[in-house]
Amino acid sequence: MNATTVSGRKQPLIYRLPVISHFRKSIGLQRGMLVTGLVLTIAFLLTTVLAPVIAPYGYSQLSDASGTFPAQQAPSGNHILGTTVGGYDVFSRVIWGSQTAVVVIVVAVAMSIFLGVALGLLSGYFGGWLDRVLVVIADAIYAFPSLLLAIVMSIVISRGQSSFWGGILACSFAIAVVFVPQYFRVIRAETIRLKAEPFVESAKVVGASSIRIMGRHIFKNATRTLPLIFTLNASEAILTLAGLGFLGFGIEPSSAAEWGFDLNKAMADASSGIWWTGVFPGAAIVLTVLGLTLVGESMNDLNDPRLRGRKSAGGKVPGGGGGSDARTGAQAALEAEARTL
Amino acid sequence: MTINIDPVPDRQQPTGRPVLVIDNLKVTFATDGGDVYAVKDVSLDVKAGEVVAIVGESGSGKTVTAKTILGLLPETATSSGVVLINGNNVVSVSAAKLRQIRGRDVAMVFQEPSTALNPVFTVGWQIAEGIRAHAGGPGGKRVSARDAKARAIDALRKVGIPDPETRVNYYPHQFSGGQKQRVVIAAALALNPGLIVADEPTTALDVTVQAEILELLRDLRDKYGTSIVLITHNMGVVADLADRVVVMYQGDVVEEASVKTLFAEPRQDYTKKLLAAVPHLGRNSASAGMTERAHQGGKVLVEAKGLTIEYPGRLGSPAFKAVDGVSFTVSEGEVFGLVGESGSGKTTIGRAIAGLNRTTGGSLSVLGYEMLNLKERTFKPLRKDIGFVFQDPAASFNPQLTIGDCVAEPLIIHTNPSPAQVRKRVGELLESVQLPASYADRFPHELSGGQRQRASLARALILNPKLLIADEPTSALDVSVQAKVLELFKEIQQEFGFAALFISHDLAVVDMLSHWVGVLYKGKLVEQGIGHHVMGAPRHDYTKRLIASLPVPDPAEQAKRREDHRALLGI
Repeated sequence: MNATTVSGRKQPLIYRLPVISHFRKSIGLQRGMLVTGLVLTIAFLLTTVLAPVIAPYGYSQLSDASGTFPAQQAPSGNHILGTTVGGYDVFSRVIWGSQTAVVVIVVAVAMSIFLGVALGLLSGYFGGWLDRVLVVIADAIYAFPSLLLAIVMSIVISRGQSSFWGGILACSFAIAVVFVPQYFRVIRAETIRLKAEPFVESAKVVGASSIRIMGRHIFKNATRTLPLIFTLNASEAILTLAGLGFLGFGIEPSSAAEWGFDLNKAMADASSGIWWTGVFPGAAIVLTVLGLTLVGESMNDLNDPRLRGRKSAGGKVPGGGGGSDARTGAQAALEAEARTL
Repeated sequence: MTINIDPVPDRQQPTGRPVLVIDNLKVTFATDGGDVYAVKDVSLDVKAGEVVAIVGESGSGKTVTAKTILGLLPETATSSGVVLINGNNVVSVSAAKLRQIRGRDVAMVFQEPSTALNPVFTVGWQIAEGIRAHAGGPGGKRVSARDAKARAIDALRKVGIPDPETRVNYYPHQFSGGQKQRVVIAAALALNPGLIVADEPTTALDVTVQAEILELLRDLRDKYGTSIVLITHNMGVVADLADRVVVMYQGDVVEEASVKTLFAEPRQDYTKKLLAAVPHLGRNSASAGMTERAHQGGKVLVEAKGLTIEYPGRLGSPAFKAVDGVSFTVSEGEVFGLVGESGSGKTTIGRAIAGLNRTTGGSLSVLGYEMLNLKERTFKPLRKDIGFVFQDPAASFNPQLTIGDCVAEPLIIHTNPSPAQVRKRVGELLESVQLPASYADRFPHELSGGQRQRASLARALILNPKLLIADEPTSALDVSVQAKVLELFKEIQQEFGFAALFISHDLAVVDMLSHWVGVLYKGKLVEQGIGHHVMGAPRHDYTKRLIASLPVPDPAEQAKRREDHRALLGI
């Protein structure tokens, strides 16, 4: 619930949707950050949807009507971003790569969010030995470097080799294992806080069952921070996927385009002056992650009334307002455990 | 400058030059919902040695006015007008100048002493911090650490902390709540400012401690000629301490008068309404005229015999006895008032009856069910006969559900009604608590505090319970709202005829509603009896002290009570 709208009816649904409501209450520098992030993210999503239209060639296409593609060709009319050592068109691979990234994000987050939220609710509400065991397990998972875990998972699931879905599932599963504790932690903390709220006690007093209390009273109130975690996790998922690909545990170029894999193959090119094979997939990763992170960070700042900039009462605009020094609980929990490649 | 710790021999008459002048002050806050005009146009002045009380309900702008005096407004606020302290306009001075003014010319006493003190430093350090922040030593240098500590000891002695030489090295947690507030006052006094702004200085304190702090503030004024701006919503405190009263309502000054005039002949309607709403001990007692306990013919709904409730201590320390051998009964149709200060165990008893806390000893029988071996499954059928009203109406409704859903919840859980039946019953109940039935579709944040508490009452009554437990139902509300809710409670109790356990720290409120009153002190029930007997002629020492400490909203009567109180404590 948005505690700041004190008066009037509940706003129409469209204005209460996460990103839209954030946009409406942003101002100055914060709005700039959010808009930049949104533009990058929307561009990324559009690319995904329109990949078949935008990309001139398939992700595994090595030849067309005019013959086999030349290897390591510099950007030119036929191949606007050049070709790789294997003869793939760089531009097409970068475009198709966004599809892989989105599928991995969706599958990974879908797998982790349900389990994490359910476990968090149970653990926080009932407490006791269940809580202790789950927290220890979550901590144990945190203790592993996520990339190592992802590699192990990838070997277990597909023995390191992969088809499209095999590779996707391996990556997503590996990422999900790392994310479940994050959702678990956040939901558990919220549940413990809400459990002591008078409205939960009042439900207990009238004789509501535990399932009813969890489902009706705690769940909706505990999941407010999820859009935020989702955004931040999405960028982490891309980084993990790219990391796996870079280390050679990714998806074969014949099954799908994957930025990390292309970067790996571009390593040898870098020293011989062939810059286009590395720069473009790299830029794709950076821009996508930057976009998602900007959206996530802005949402985090805008969620917190203390960090949110406002038009001053006289109508003057104070400079930006919120930095990102102070953090909300959810963010702090994430930050502490955040790992990068 | 040097501080003057010698008492001013004769209290300056409050006719001298003003130490604080506020002229046409306006404060506006930028919020998501547009600009909020917190203070619209306030002008007032405070003379040397004068106690000016600013009273008003929540949202009246009294705290914002107080914070403006020290320049403590948040960034989202814009203020205009003049706030003159010793010739400096706080609204427009530079940050550096403001820092000099704070502590030296004006100091603040906060509401909650436990959060106003930093737990990781000794109180001496915290008092000295203010002294050393100003170049108050010889030759305009900083005060040395040793001198500052000596002054901190002096300040602690002034506020009546026993053995200040030792206790200057104590940490805040080693003091009780009242002593912590004394320390905060000592810190405010350290540089001997001419003006102290006290924002609800006694609201977080128990009534017996409140009496001591009020005594201390009065002493400061009398001995050192300090002017005090007292922000409070408690009319009893105003009657006890203030010389002059400024009544604020929605950002404007409604009325300004000397304390005697204001209480005797208020001019404005708002002031009249406000004063009429203040509960006054000994007036409007529910048990007036009773000579023996009422409702004894009916069934006994709650019976406690030697009830003991312990909270487990930490490893190695013994369990904490929140309730210690308490025996009482509540019969059908009776309103049992439970009074006590914080930590007396009154809320614990209420929660135990509702099955929210476990009892650990003795016997507590609720509607014939022995709570000592409480099993949620077997107790659940009885829950429909117990209603519970919580203290904070803002927190006791799920913000995601409509009022209708919240009120209907007990009905849906215990019976299996059709949606039409639910709507009808919710509508009826809302009407009986004097809310329009259309409010069922609203969300809790769209209702005011008093409306929410009425809805809360509706929820508790929807199943026609035999027993209602009301835990401080009005202490989060403004007085005028409180008066309406209490009136409603009384009416509904007579109409529905349920038994009620009414828990409150406010003696006057309990007396207005309860037929039979029990007084709790440190987990023990020290006295119980017919309401007006307990309030009028208390027998136990603690009850006597409690009642004598309670300030009544009438300056003349309060002056007399103060003398009695002093006599009782043997001062």
